[in-house]
Amino acid sequence: MTCTEFLALLDDLIDDSVSAETRAELQTHLSGCDHCKVTLDTTRKTIEIYRSHEIYDLPTGLRERLHAAIMARCKKGC
Amino acid sequence: MATIQPIAGELEPHPDVALVARVREGDVSAYDALVRKYERQVFRIAQHITQNREDAEDVMQDAFLKAYEKLDQFQGNSKFYTWLVRIAVNESLMRLRKRRTGKMVSIDEDIETDEGSVPRDLADWAPDPEQNYNQAELAEILRKTIQGLPQGFRIVFVLRDVEGLSTEETATTLGLSIPAVKSRLLRARLQLRERLSRYFRRKRGVEK
Repeated sequence: MTCTEFLALLDDLIDDSVSAETRAELQTHLSGCDHCKVTLDTTRKTIEIYRSHEIYDLPTGLRERLHAAIMARCKKGC
Repeated sequence: MATIQPIAGELEPHPDVALVARVREGDVSAYDALVRKYERQVFRIAQHITQNREDAEDVMQDAFLKAYEKLDQFQGNSKFYTWLVRIAVNESLMRLRKRRTGKMVSIDEDIETDEGSVPRDLADWAPDPEQNYNQAELAEILRKTIQGLPQGFRIVFVLRDVEGLSTEETATTLGLSIPAVKSRLLRARLQLRERLSRYFRRKRGVEK
């Protein structure tokens, strides 16, 4: 397997949607290729960091304003 | 390093089904529960697309109001959450169009780039690199980095990787083909990885 072929399957590997056979081929490539190992590890880390850190805080009072708007709409016709 | 598991699909009836049924019967408190459950996600999506806090606040309010008003049109053959996300994405794009006064805004723009299709910066990262920054610094780095992605990549990454939609749900929500979602996701992930390497790469001799 070449690095280009590995890269084409990178997302499927990360998303755990490869067959056992393909996974074994990917693992074999990884064991001999630091280049692709770094790419895989840091790409996984990239996703994990974005998933686990809230980068936009919900403004305070927004929920209350929304609730008031829904109640106002509701009074008109629900 | 922990393996990132895809978010599993539900096998039992989703708890939202009961909440939606209660709202349809006129129970507004059930809608409050849905708002509380998804307000952060809707706000984040709006903020990622509009890149403007005021717009994101307006979008969040409009999206939840619209979802409330249109609840009768919700078929129940998709999840309430993905239906809501679609409304939020559309409201966000409409808001962008308004701000850009008539200039067409689409999720197809600005994606003619080869950046990131082949990894160039192959320096490994420090272990737990985020610990070299405090919360505010890290949030700023993550914001700046993702804001620099082309819009069409950013939305796919946010829906798929941050908000946990499946590839199919992301494709339906954005009106894209599944191969288009997959290709954008790969390039978004690689571009973000490359850009974050500037901050997170292992520093020789000065490891904290």
